[in-house]
Amino acid sequence: MIVTVLDILIAGLLMGGIYALIAVGLSLQYGVARVLNIAHGEFIMLGAFITWSLYTAFGIVPLVSLAISSPLVFTIGFILYKTLFTRLRISSPSVAMFEGKSMLACFGLLFMIQNIAILSWGAEIKGYSYLAFPVNILGAKFAANRLITLGFAVVFGSAFYLFLSRTRIGKAIRAAAQDAVAAGLMGINISWVLALCFGLGALMAGIGGTLISMSYQIQPTMGLEYTMIALIVLVVGGLGSIPGSFVGGFLLGLVGSIVTYVQPGLALVAYYVIFMLLLLAKPTGILGR
Amino acid sequence: MPILEGMRVTKHFGGLAAVSNVDFHVEQGEVFGLIGPNGAGKTTLFNLISAVLSPKSGTIKFKGVDITGFKPYKICRMGVARTFQTVKVFPNMPVFQNVILGSYFGTLPRMSSRDASEKALEILEFVGLSRVKDTPAGDLTLANQKRLEVARAMATHPDLLLLDEIMAGLNPTEVAEAMEMVIRIHNRGITLIMIEHVMKAVMRLCDRIMVLHHGQKIAEGTPREIADSEKVIKVYLGEKSRA
Amino acid sequence: MHIPTSNYKKRVALGVLFILLIVMVTSPLYAPRYTVILLTSIFMFIVLTVSWTVFSGPTGYVSLAPAAFFGVGVYASALLGFVFPLPVVILLGGISSSCLAVIVGALTLRLRGIYFVMFTFGLVELLLHFILWWEVNITGTTGRVVPTVGNTTVYYLMLGVLVIVILTAYLLNRSRYGLALQSIGECEEAAAHTGVHVTAMKISTFALSAFFMGAAGAIMATRWTYIDPRIAFNPVLSFLPVLMAIFGGTGQLYGPVIGAALFTYLEEFLITRFPYYYMLIFGFIMVFAILYLPEGLVGMIQKLWKRIGGAKHADS
Repeated sequence: MIVTVLDILIAGLLMGGIYALIAVGLSLQYGVARVLNIAHGEFIMLGAFITWSLYTAFGIVPLVSLAISSPLVFTIGFILYKTLFTRLRISSPSVAMFEGKSMLACFGLLFMIQNIAILSWGAEIKGYSYLAFPVNILGAKFAANRLITLGFAVVFGSAFYLFLSRTRIGKAIRAAAQDAVAAGLMGINISWVLALCFGLGALMAGIGGTLISMSYQIQPTMGLEYTMIALIVLVVGGLGSIPGSFVGGFLLGLVGSIVTYVQPGLALVAYYVIFMLLLLAKPTGILGR
Repeated sequence: MPILEGMRVTKHFGGLAAVSNVDFHVEQGEVFGLIGPNGAGKTTLFNLISAVLSPKSGTIKFKGVDITGFKPYKICRMGVARTFQTVKVFPNMPVFQNVILGSYFGTLPRMSSRDASEKALEILEFVGLSRVKDTPAGDLTLANQKRLEVARAMATHPDLLLLDEIMAGLNPTEVAEAMEMVIRIHNRGITLIMIEHVMKAVMRLCDRIMVLHHGQKIAEGTPREIADSEKVIKVYLGEKSRA
Repeated sequence: MHIPTSNYKKRVALGVLFILLIVMVTSPLYAPRYTVILLTSIFMFIVLTVSWTVFSGPTGYVSLAPAAFFGVGVYASALLGFVFPLPVVILLGGISSSCLAVIVGALTLRLRGIYFVMFTFGLVELLLHFILWWEVNITGTTGRVVPTVGNTTVYYLMLGVLVIVILTAYLLNRSRYGLALQSIGECEEAAAHTGVHVTAMKISTFALSAFFMGAAGAIMATRWTYIDPRIAFNPVLSFLPVLMAIFGGTGQLYGPVIGAALFTYLEEFLITRFPYYYMLIFGFIMVFAILYLPEGLVGMIQKLWKRIGGAKHADS
């Protein structure tokens, strides 16, 4: 009995780590850059496939390949914001307009990135085995790669949090999130900060993708499901709150593993029920006021 | 029987009493003034009467019917129309359409579009906006947007009209025009409650005045009585002279 | 120079519409089978796009629920198709979607902006995953067979719904209720104080728009012969109507119609000509349209028209 409970708890934490990480990325993109990035999952997918390619073709270890994939997805995100979204932001009369239009533009991007991925890697499901030996934790067995995933999710998440709360750039980002106009008046280069945020969001997605590819099978159409999970976590934790995304991610992971234990296959349904109930009852999230 | 009656009306915002235990009554055909320093609870009282907010306690009766807890559209259809302190016109709709909406959905039984249109045109003429009837409302000057709000409210054919600072931000000529418009509205038999900071207008136009301070009624009476009330001079006019 | 009067313009427009209608009614008689099927798809997207615009255009509430309402229609068709005659099934499909819309509307229409968008999209995914689970665990099936009817029948049914949708949208736009909807989009509070029953207007219009989406789903199901949750509740069907409406321009009724027709044709063309690159090109066109056609195709054409017209006036 105790083993079962532990089993569920740890499985939930392992899943939650990834959820938290990808939600932090989306949170940054929506909370600061005001882009509800429907193509977020596509960046996750890109990160996963780049890692897969590097591992299967050159034998580069996934955690090392982060050094290659991260700058790449960051640059893609940064350039996208500098060109596409900056243009949209300037031409939109209101924030609401920009949010709507940028979301639809992301939908177009989703199509494009998916197509490029199918052309490059084919449409089939892929996977590889890396550090898949079992580790015994208090009687429950888990694959080593999942534990590493969790560890890295926590490390990246915390590093990111420290970056936002301690560094100068982080402070500029938070200022821009509060009030872009005022931040601009304070001498912060808004366009640059917003692009940086979008790029960092893509980077988090890319890291998430790398970690996901270590433990799960991947395919070019995997994106939307992760986007939706990130979105749910975002609402659970409160839109735009980084600590909220972290708490929300682990919470959702736990809910997922409990529901899966009771009734496999209902986890996603449970996520959506929570998502919609929260939107109705407390759209500011569980940590929100 | 008064057309509007409030009994011990109370509304709190997070522990603070915005309106507390206010009794008031407005007689048919009156021009009733509502004054008080900023934050005294005047607009909150308007919001309570027009059902944007519902009171924590107390009742509000319109024509003898308890309207507490009604929805705004219903209050409007019963014959209470209002304007807003910060103008709320429909900016992308032409002036004419702003007004005709009132004649379609107001107090009168279902009108044909021709009747509604005639009524709207008549009211535009009445407030002096006929010339700009095809202009999008958002393009009007502030004075004209305020007039448009009055026109839209009038088009619902109300018995009671709540005017929330229709003279704020206007120049002296525009204030004079607005005062003259208020008199003409009154002459049509419409009961008026007006929140106004332009004292000259309040004193000239109102039959009776109620003074709110920190959500409480501190005085009520004719303009003469209010002007002579030491309490009012202390909290209200005193503050003015200091400013 | 002869200046066309508005009466003259109206007559020309009516004439063009009449000819179009005749062409559409008669085309199954002489057009190749492929064209009939393509036209059916085009009609379906026009129905979805126009009914989306009926609600979301004036009120500004961006709904991503079309796929949910469409899917409910599809499933109604699959569940009831063997029980009732097709017209009844279509009606029931529409009514089921309307009922769902009333519930969703009553719950959510106080949510504004992005929260409403997310809720409506969550609805699509919730239904999709719930029915997937239900079919696997409760009924032990995946997907269902739908009674089929001929391509021509599907064509005429969709054309019928299309005509009704456009007529409804046209009449609604011209009526006092259209005006009320617009006022809600511009300032909800002022609309309420002008006597508009905001909640009732929003919910009933949302339900009306869902009705047509459900009806379209019920008809399309009969063409697919086999359906499963992923076909019925395809999230893409939530995004496309929005994009098509924006692509065409929501200011005029013919904007969404033209947008949907062109977009659907374009998609079909790209799929057949560039089967491997079609999503890439299509996605690019979406992004391009959002960037460079802020007022839609119709808005742009009107602007161009004015410029040309203005130049002519300057000449004379």
